[in-house]
Amino acid sequence: MRLFFVICLSLITYCATAQVKLLKLDELDKRIANGKDTTYVINFWATWCSPCVAELPNFEKLRLANLKKAVKVLLVSLDFKSKLQKEVIPFVLNNKINAEVFLLNEPDQQAYIERIDKKWSGAIPATLFVNKKARRFYEKEFTETELKNTLLNLK
Amino acid sequence: MKRLILMAFMLISGIAFAQTEGYKVGDVVKDFSLKNVNNKMVALADYKDAKGYIVVFTCNTCPVAKAYQERISALNATYAAKGYPVVAINPNDAGAVPDESFQKMQALASEKKFNFPYLLDPDHVVTKQFGATRTPHVFVLNKTGKGNVVEYVGAIDNDPEEANSTKVEYVKNAVNELSIGKKPAIASTKAVGCGIKWKKG
Repeated sequence: MRLFFVICLSLITYCATAQVKLLKLDELDKRIANGKDTTYVINFWATWCSPCVAELPNFEKLRLANLKKAVKVLLVSLDFKSKLQKEVIPFVLNNKINAEVFLLNEPDQQAYIERIDKKWSGAIPATLFVNKKARRFYEKEFTETELKNTLLNLK
Repeated sequence: MKRLILMAFMLISGIAFAQTEGYKVGDVVKDFSLKNVNNKMVALADYKDAKGYIVVFTCNTCPVAKAYQERISALNATYAAKGYPVVAINPNDAGAVPDESFQKMQALASEKKFNFPYLLDPDHVVTKQFGATRTPHVFVLNKTGKGNVVEYVGAIDNDPEEANSTKVEYVKNAVNELSIGKKPAIASTKAVGCGIKWKKG
């Protein structure tokens, strides 16, 4: 009986932690390179950023929209790593976010901001549209229509 | 002729645009007078013996700003005596976020024993003048014959969570360099921070 509880408990924690993975930029680059014809829509956000939280449902709608284009939505949180269990995972569960959510695991923000896009000031929300051929970065909020159009116009 | 007018117009609008973007390295800062948490007004000119200033836009609620609170106090503890005091300004509007109110600023300053002024900027006048876009956002100024010149703009360091083994303390380095008469080697940096909560309407 006790074993049953232990298994249940570890299963629950496993599911909860499985919601948000830590992400290195090298891993992200590799994923994009292996993505064949998939376009990645990568949104940089944080639980403390109110305009980011407000636009998250638009990314969910984009993910579910039946577009004639292979697309993958990745939500990359810039919350502190120490807030992963206490804030980011509960936020993802409470808001029923079904897209893939990551927490950026890069200690040097100066380096990662430059690497994601030279023109990025570091302000969020910010979104990167990227596939093997094209890369467009936007430091702005997106409406549902803007997301769709930007994705479809990406050459 | 038409082309000339057009060019002149573009030049003027270009300048106007640059101004709304706030201060860049090399710009001279216009002094201000803002209310401190002790209800007294503070201006840069009040610091007669200052050699420069560490102007920090910070606030009550932003998790990134909170993470830097102690580091801001430490900057003032180290550099005020050397002639570079910290002057903190809250750029946020209490109407947009109630926890950014003047009373909450007073409470935070006394709880955290702020050893530097923490100023209210109603209607974002000084915030816009500087072109601050987030908290925390630092401007290091050097007092010169022509006024207070911006010498560094950006982050306090590259290690918000105190987990970066290759930490670079931008503000400390900039002030250290200025204090020996050098220009900061790194004069501007980028950082993730909380956007400013602007007054609605």
